[in-house]
Amino acid sequence: MTSGICGRPPEAGRWEAGIERGGRFRIRCRPLYIGTVCALALAAIAVPALAQTIAITGGKVYPVSGPAIENGTVLVRDGKIVAVGASVAVPGDATRIDATGKWVTPGLVNALTGLGVSEIGQVQQTVDRGARGDNAIAAAFPVWEGINPASTMFAPARNEGITSVVVVPTGGLVAGQAALIDLVPGTVSDMIDKAPVAMVAQFGDARAGGTNARGEQYARLRELLDDARVYARRRGDYERGQTRPFAARRADLEALVPVVEGRLPLLVNADQASDIDAVLRLARETNVKVVIAGGAESWMMGERLAAANVPVIVGSMNNIPTSFSALGSRQEAAALLQRAGAKVVLIANGSGGEEVFNVRNLKYDAGVAVAYGLTWDAALRAITLTPAEVFGVADRIGTLQPGRDANIVVWSGDPFEFTTRAEHVFIRGREVVQPSRQDELMDRYKQAPPAYRKP
Amino acid sequence: MRIRLVAAAALVAACAPAQPTPSPQPRPGPATPARADSTRPGPGGVSAPNANPFPSTYKAPPTRTTLIRNVTILTAAGPTIRNGTVLLRDGKIAAVGTTVSAPVDAEVVDGRDKYVTPGIIDDHSHLGVYAAPGADALSDGNEATNPVTANVWAEHSVWPQDPQFPRALASGVTTVQILPGSANLIGGRSVVLKMVPSATVQGMKFPGAKYGLKMACGENPKRVYAQRGPSTRMGNVAGYRAAWIQAEAYRRKWDKWNADHQGDPPQRDLGLETLAEVLRGNILVHNHCYRADEMAQMIDIAKEFGYKIRSFHHGVEAYKVADLLAKEGISASLWSDWGGFKMEAMDGVRANLAMVSAAGARAIVHSDDPSGMQRLNQDAAKAMAAGERIGIHTTEDEAIKWLTINPAWALGLDDRIGSIEVGKNADVVLWSGNPFSVYSRVDRVWIDGAPAYDRANPASWWRTDFELGNVPLAGESR
Repeated sequence: MTSGICGRPPEAGRWEAGIERGGRFRIRCRPLYIGTVCALALAAIAVPALAQTIAITGGKVYPVSGPAIENGTVLVRDGKIVAVGASVAVPGDATRIDATGKWVTPGLVNALTGLGVSEIGQVQQTVDRGARGDNAIAAAFPVWEGINPASTMFAPARNEGITSVVVVPTGGLVAGQAALIDLVPGTVSDMIDKAPVAMVAQFGDARAGGTNARGEQYARLRELLDDARVYARRRGDYERGQTRPFAARRADLEALVPVVEGRLPLLVNADQASDIDAVLRLARETNVKVVIAGGAESWMMGERLAAANVPVIVGSMNNIPTSFSALGSRQEAAALLQRAGAKVVLIANGSGGEEVFNVRNLKYDAGVAVAYGLTWDAALRAITLTPAEVFGVADRIGTLQPGRDANIVVWSGDPFEFTTRAEHVFIRGREVVQPSRQDELMDRYKQAPPAYRKP
Repeated sequence: MRIRLVAAAALVAACAPAQPTPSPQPRPGPATPARADSTRPGPGGVSAPNANPFPSTYKAPPTRTTLIRNVTILTAAGPTIRNGTVLLRDGKIAAVGTTVSAPVDAEVVDGRDKYVTPGIIDDHSHLGVYAAPGADALSDGNEATNPVTANVWAEHSVWPQDPQFPRALASGVTTVQILPGSANLIGGRSVVLKMVPSATVQGMKFPGAKYGLKMACGENPKRVYAQRGPSTRMGNVAGYRAAWIQAEAYRRKWDKWNADHQGDPPQRDLGLETLAEVLRGNILVHNHCYRADEMAQMIDIAKEFGYKIRSFHHGVEAYKVADLLAKEGISASLWSDWGGFKMEAMDGVRANLAMVSAAGARAIVHSDDPSGMQRLNQDAAKAMAAGERIGIHTTEDEAIKWLTINPAWALGLDDRIGSIEVGKNADVVLWSGNPFSVYSRVDRVWIDGAPAYDRANPASWWRTDFELGNVPLAGESR
């Protein structure tokens, strides 16, 4: 990542409200914006690390970065992992967690969700996931600014081992910018790990994309990216009114600059094989890094995706030709992509408005992917390290390695099985399990009639 | 949940079990006495209880005696049988136990490390009425033109070429209730289908199954009819009661005429005819109802008019009134973990099924969703685990009932399907492992003793007409 540079000369100035945890935020701004942007960035690093040493001992440790370690120890200090192995010395002051007979993995990453920006799907005032945009373009939309850390949906997710998610905007041709957040209690600033992590677009369903035909979608995306490139070179001329009209508003063009400069991936929702082919062509022509999401027919394009080094975000429970763009949906998609050498990220199968309620089910999608041919190790990687790589945070999360954030789950058994529970969940070294609203309801009603109805 | 959801299917009730009614026409009441009146009503002119104008044409395919041995059997009728054997003969379960020997003519299936369960039954589906691919042209599940459409029958919307049917079968589902959606207070009749290929819906209809009636509480009707009404929950309740008042008058009028055949028969009314059949106990009520308070009110309405509710569907708050459901003998058709998508679904909890079951009510895993339908066993597993975490232990022998005999009861078919017992229809699933494990797959399915699905033999898989040329065969690349 580029380090922050506030106060570059105006002609080279950028206004990117990029936030990255740990002080490595990249801020380039016009002098005018220094105050605002730097204040925002500072807020993002104001999370105090917990000065504590924790030793998780005796478990079967799956670091993901290497082979499983029987009877391993994971040592955590001040929110970071400091040692992982079979013969790690445990300091006397460490809080010990006995994980004998347990499985220890990195915290899971749900890489595509509306968690935090959608509370009750059908109550509009609780949904902040889709921007109105301008002519179906909402590139400047920072979805994370609408995250509500008080959402009751966070606890069920983190209690079941989800430690990070990618919050992804929806709607239009260009939906906006996604953010990767850790599910720590606190403010949005506390939660953000990196934002933006991707620019989100659609290709395929032309009407949903605010156009009337696939070719028109292609032409609009192409024009938009070309304009962003010209805009990036000629900001001064733009401010003086000396450029031709562009296809989008200034803020949207500005947001697209890191995309055309290859620093921010363009995450494209595309299902049909021919649509994926078109996105690969667009990526080649515009020299943009792309990620495919949805990918119902991506398994037909495995070798091409692998050759182009384009990752695919895909589910494991989809086998219904739900639309004419998804006729080839099949549950073996992840396994076939893996076999073809493509990079696979698995996501949960929220088929509707209940998605945010079931971010926690990611581990079952991994299990089903295994039932449909993905290897177990690859399935774990597809919900930990691979999403971290795709979204540029693999230096912080996704594995159990010294120096990484202590996002760790201690499971009672195989994390993909229904009988298994997350016994300890650490995010940045802090235990985060706390009763969810659902837990409180179950506690109240677990005996019928409930206590308050008894005489 | 969604508006396309729920609705009890009104089954054409009361044909002789397992025999399609031969008569395609309703007949005037009991043995028709000679009448002075020469104007006899033509076919369809008379509102006759148990009429069956669209009879099932399903015929069980020829079967071969089949013996499945060395399996763990979850019978849904008693304790698990380890190292068990099931014998399927002439479409029925002929023997089950640990000491069944193979008849000489039997095909023997060795199921070492595998499990056998009854066929899975989903009592809440919209397959065929909301077919894939999703398109307006295939959206036939809600007659959202009037809040009371007791006159419509889901079977008249079912597209037998819906590619979702074979996917349900391949996941162990053998019997499904197809319901109209939940836009309306009273959405119409349901239909019970077998997961078998057929060019006509009649060829899929479960012979002799009763019809169901779909009713819906709460948000969906009041949202859909916000402009014309009902626009409130109290408006919803007024709507149900008005319909039942009309239905009761209609029932009396027709019961009298059917008894005495005096004068001209009253004019038929398709909607009231269906409702009258509910009042006579011939059609089972399936009521989409999320909230506990609304369930209690629907129970009172049922008592006011003298009908029974067979199952509350989508009862995300069923756990709050589990004792009431147990007392009233009403089943609860539930998801394990859908919730939060709308206001009335906010209080969904994952242990709902376990809590309802522990309180003594019949718990049923239902889907309302073509994807969830393929993993009803996994939904049960999630609910079992969630129950365990709050101290409610559910055995596998109990949980298998949530998927089989309990929904069979909700459909009025528990005398024919839903358990591995001698004499029951041979609807049987062979699983690669414990069906409550995430890693288990369906290996084989038999319906009425005939092979319906074999995972190892893709060439034998049911592909709908729609899929030809449109949907690549598994393993095939375009």
